[in-house]
Parts: sequence; structure tokens; C-alpha cells
Amino acid sequence: MKLFNGANIVLSEIPVLGVQLFREKIISQCQEGARLVNFFGHEEVDGGVRLFAFLGWDEDSEITVFSTRILADHPQYESLTKDLIQAHWFEREVAEQWAIIPEGHPWLKPLRYHANYRGKADIWPDVSSRPIPGSYSFYAVESPEVHEVGVGPVHAGIIEPGHFRFQCHGEEVMHLEIQLGYQHRGLELLMRGRDFKRSALLSEAIAGDTAVGHSIAHCEVVESLSGCVIPPKAQAIRAVALELERLSNHVGDLGAMSADVGFLPTSAYFGRMRGDYLNLLLALTGNRFGKGLCRPGGVLFDVDSQMAEEFCRKLKGYKKEFEDVSNLLFTKPSVLARFEGVGAISMENAKKIGLVGPAGRACRLERDVRIDYSSGFWQFSHIPISLAATGDVFGRALVRRQEVVRSLEFLLRILSSLPQGGIFVKPPALKPDSLALSLVEGWRGEIMHVGITDENGGFARYKIKDPSFHNWFGLSLAMRGQEISDFPLCNKSFNLSYCGHDL
Amino acid sequence: MLPSRYRGRPMIAGQGSPLDLGQITFAPDDGIQYSNDFRLSAAKRRDLVLKNNETVLACALNDQMRQLFGRSLKLRQVSAGGCNACEADLNVLNTVVFDLSRFGIQFVASPRHADGMIVTGPIVRNMREALLKTYEAMPEPKIVIASGACAISGGLFAESPEASKGLETIVPVDLYIPGCPPHPLTILDGLLRLLGRIKR
Repeated sequence: MKLFNGANIVLSEIPVLGVQLFREKIISQCQEGARLVNFFGHEEVDGGVRLFAFLGWDEDSEITVFSTRILADHPQYESLTKDLIQAHWFEREVAEQWAIIPEGHPWLKPLRYHANYRGKADIWPDVSSRPIPGSYSFYAVESPEVHEVGVGPVHAGIIEPGHFRFQCHGEEVMHLEIQLGYQHRGLELLMRGRDFKRSALLSEAIAGDTAVGHSIAHCEVVESLSGCVIPPKAQAIRAVALELERLSNHVGDLGAMSADVGFLPTSAYFGRMRGDYLNLLLALTGNRFGKGLCRPGGVLFDVDSQMAEEFCRKLKGYKKEFEDVSNLLFTKPSVLARFEGVGAISMENAKKIGLVGPAGRACRLERDVRIDYSSGFWQFSHIPISLAATGDVFGRALVRRQEVVRSLEFLLRILSSLPQGGIFVKPPALKPDSLALSLVEGWRGEIMHVGITDENGGFARYKIKDPSFHNWFGLSLAMRGQEISDFPLCNKSFNLSYCGHDL
Repeated sequence: MLPSRYRGRPMIAGQGSPLDLGQITFAPDDGIQYSNDFRLSAAKRRDLVLKNNETVLACALNDQMRQLFGRSLKLRQVSAGGCNACEADLNVLNTVVFDLSRFGIQFVASPRHADGMIVTGPIVRNMREALLKTYEAMPEPKIVIASGACAISGGLFAESPEASKGLETIVPVDLYIPGCPPHPLTILDGLLRLLGRIKR
């Protein structure tokens, strides 16, 4: 069954395959050029679990969806990961959420350390009763010459919690295992039900630095299921907010990367300039992170011609400033020496593990939801894709630099020709027993929300995927063979979300 | 200074039901009228519950604590289930715009170096132990700050079995900074009041 971004479908129309065929079809489609954009379970009335696979065909702007049933009395299936590495994290998530064993999974550990969703015996008996990492060991290299470094969960700066375990030979990192889950809030379960006012607020707190991206994805799921078509001006305002969010984060990241190579002038400049974009979001939405703007049916704040002109005037100044400061950063040999060749991932490996967003585009992976699966305002106004070929810290910095300039050009264009008309329409009730999906290119990459309704049109299942879910493994891979002192720089160059991953 | 759409201290009309600044998320569609006043912090949990438009802002620590910390306060930050918005706007205090260290306040890399901790997020189950260990590792006397709706009351996550109902259910709290997230000015105002540097 082929779907486009923002589509909905009656659940019973999604094909149900035998477990073995389901597995083979995922693997063969990925060999033919698709990638696994989502893979999750949903409990059925008979106590079994229906597994859904979503495969993205980026060039065709289509997503194929099919499913299988894992029976209540046989909670296992043959793992995909041994043949398809990009399924690694997804299968661990399914195992933890539904107590289903992917047999033969090479590294079956909990992701978030919580009890499963259906009250069965957990695969890991003490998963929710003992602090992370519980009774489960880390990957270790055994040799009298190898030492282990453990960092976290609480870090040195103002950073979310996570645990990093390095296997080192001298300064060289042989392996890094990242254990997350400390931020787990039980979000997917809270999103269930019919209180869409509440789910909109929750969607803004999935990852606060991506409040706009996640709330757009959520709104689009509700709008799809209710058949609500929002006014063009609301779509344009959402696009403005999403690009402002991208700008603030990309500019902030360039500043953080400057700080980690000890180049303080651009660290200070970018740090201040990041605030300029947050303050534009504040002027637009009353909140520096854009919380409160997007609601199912449109947006709550309008942009009149005076505000649009004011924004354009400011953005033109910010663009000049950005170009000057990034020239300062990207022309310094001492900076380039620290950016180039550090934390490189090959295009082949990036593809294998399923990297998305700027980290993927830095490996020349042409993946950008705004282009591949354009919805909303991006159907009418385009942003060119920004790519780098080196896959290293430099590549990730360069992609951000390009994307900042292109987002600014995009904003100047749409703010000077905003559509006329209203900004909100009240969405009708949601279709029962249906599934809707939405993809949004957040600043970290591909966000995907999937909502499944019950017979009353409330959410029976709500699946959230932050791009970090794909990319954390990329950070591990990038650290192989690197000096451990380059970890902070590599980490900043990815700047992944802990809470977006932990949910 | 702040734009007109900024949502600060709520305005209470007439004899409405009490409003808990520690629970609300300052959303534009929650039926509350907001003013432009960014001063929100309180030293006592009950002072966050507004019954009318009277304002009880945070007061300074006692003399002994002020003598110790008034000119130099080192804080350890613990994110315990936060969405990273609170964390991001704490980080902003270190930029050239706010330049927090000019007030003698710094975020430090170890609880052993800290005079207190500032906590964000609803203190989820998986962070409870790390939070307690951080608290215990700080030398006495120590102060504790809850920043943001989640840390104060559990916020949007209060109903989740994974979250707590606020930091005060785990350790004693000296300063509450409401918001979702609090504006950097709100945080700075709260910290300076705690140290007796702002009294108005």
C-alpha cells in the first residue's frame, strides 16, 4: 500500500503478511532502494501485536506500508537487524515496548528501561526496577592495554543526561556504546486518547528545541484524520516558524562547535545570533521556542504586513552578519585543521545505518523531507538541498552553514509574499480505526508521527520518531578510531536529542 | 523590552479560582490572561498559587547563606526528564547577552564544586538516583532550585507513572522558577532575588 506524506488509511486496508514474508519484503525493498522510515507495534484486541513497517522511497515521494501479526502465544520473530542494520534501534524499541523477541538480534538491550506496554513479562526481568544500565553489561574490549571510560548520565555542562562508555587504547577510541533512556517520560502513552488540546501541548515538549517541528507533525496527523484543510496562510506561518527554529539551532550549533575547537570569537557571535532567531519566534508566538503556535486546524498567531516587513528587515541584517561571522570561522586554518577528517562516516555506512538530516546530508545522502516528501507550504515554495561529501565534522558544519543561508533566503521570499486570509479552522472529529502519518524535516532531520485511532476516533496508538532515533548510532560510528578528546566536538557536530529519543 | 505577545505573569480577573504558577505551561489557549511581567520566581511553593493580583516574589536567603553565596554561587545543573527548552534557556545565561558570571554565578562541572543545584524536567524514574547522588555529593550548606513547570510540579508529565510530582517531593527546594520554559530574564531575576541582589 503506497501512501504520501500526510495521508491516512483505514487500518483494515493495510496489508497483513505472514511473518516471514513481512521480513523478506522489508529486506528486499531496502535492497531495491527504499529505507526503513518507521517500524513499530500496536496491540490488537486478541492480545497479539501488529507490527507495521514504513518504507520510504525518497525519489518517488511515496511510503509503502504493510504489516504482520505477532501472535499472543508466540511473541517472537526472526530479527531483521542481522540482514538490515538500520532496523537495529527499531527492533530494540519493539522488544522493549511489546515484549517481543527479535530472534538473533546482535545486541538486544533495552533502549529506555521501562516496563512493556501490555503488562506481559518483560524480556529483561528487572528493566524497570533497577537503575540504568541494570544488570546488562556494556560492549567491552578485553586486554590489559585497553581501558574503559564512562561518562554520564549527568554531564559537565548544561546538557541532558545519557551514558557514554568508551573502550580506549591509549587515546584512541575503539568503540563507543551510548546508553540512553534517562529522559524517558512515557510520552507515547500520554498521547493516547481524545484530548487533542493536551496532545498538542505534549507534542511541543517531545523535544523543546524542536517544538515547532514536532507540533507541526502532530497537527498534520490530526488534520489528516479529520479531513481538515488548513488555510494557506497558516501553512506559510508554520513554515516561517520551522525555518526560524532551524536557524536558531544551526547557528547555535556552529557556535558550540567553535567553542569546542577553542575559537571563541565565533562562539560568542553565534551564541548571540542564535538568540536573534529565538527572539523572532518570541515576537511571533510569545515563546522563544515557538510553543503555542501550532494547533490542529492552523496556527494561533497571525503575521500582519507590519510584522512581516519588520521580520524581513531584521533577517536581512542577520544574513549579512551570518555571512561575515561564518567567513571568519570557515577561513581559519586552525579551525579547519580541527574540523577536517574528524569523526568521518562514509556514505556507504551512513546509508547502512540510515542517517537522516544534516548528519546524513554531510555524507552526501540526498535526504530532506522538505524536498522528498514536501507537504504544507513546501509544496509551493522550495528550498534547494545542501550536501557535503566528507561526512566529517567539517561536512556537518558546512551543511549547516549552507542551510542557514538557504533558510534565510526562503524566509525573505515567503515573508514578502504571504498568502492572505484566515489562519485557523476548527477540525472535525477524527476518522475511526484509521492510521495517518506525517513527516517533517526538523532541524535535526526527519521527524515522523503516526497516529492510529480507535473506534471512537481517539488515539489508540501514537508513534513518535525524532531524527535522533536514527542518528545516535551514527555518533558511535563516527568515534571509531578517533581520539577521545575529539568526542565533545563530534558530539556537538551531531547535537542529537536525548529526550526526543527517550520519549 | 519583551514583545507584546510574550506571556508572563498571569492576570487574575475578580474572584476566580486560584492559579498555580507551578503547574501552568503559559500556553496561549489555556484561557488565562497573561501580562508582560517576567518576574515570576518564588521561594515558597505556596507563593506560586495566585489568588488575586498580589505578588509575592522570591526573597533572599538568610544572612548566613547570603554571606556564603551572595557574591559567588556555583551551581550544578541536572536535567531530569526535561525537554531541553529549560536547559537551552539556562545555557543562554552564559552568552554575552546575559553574561551570568558577572554576577558571580557560574555553572560548574562537578557537584563537589557546587553550592547548589538547579534542576529541570519532571524528575523521571530513570533520573531519580542520579539526581539524589548529585544532591548528596554537594557539600553542606546547599541550595536547590527547581526551574520550569516540570521540575516544580511535574508539569505536563505529572500524570505519567514515569514522572514525579515535582522536585519538592524528593529534596527540599529553595527557589521555584515558573515557565515552560522560563525566559532567561525570569531565571536571572529569580537567582538575583535569592541572593538579595534585587529586592523590588
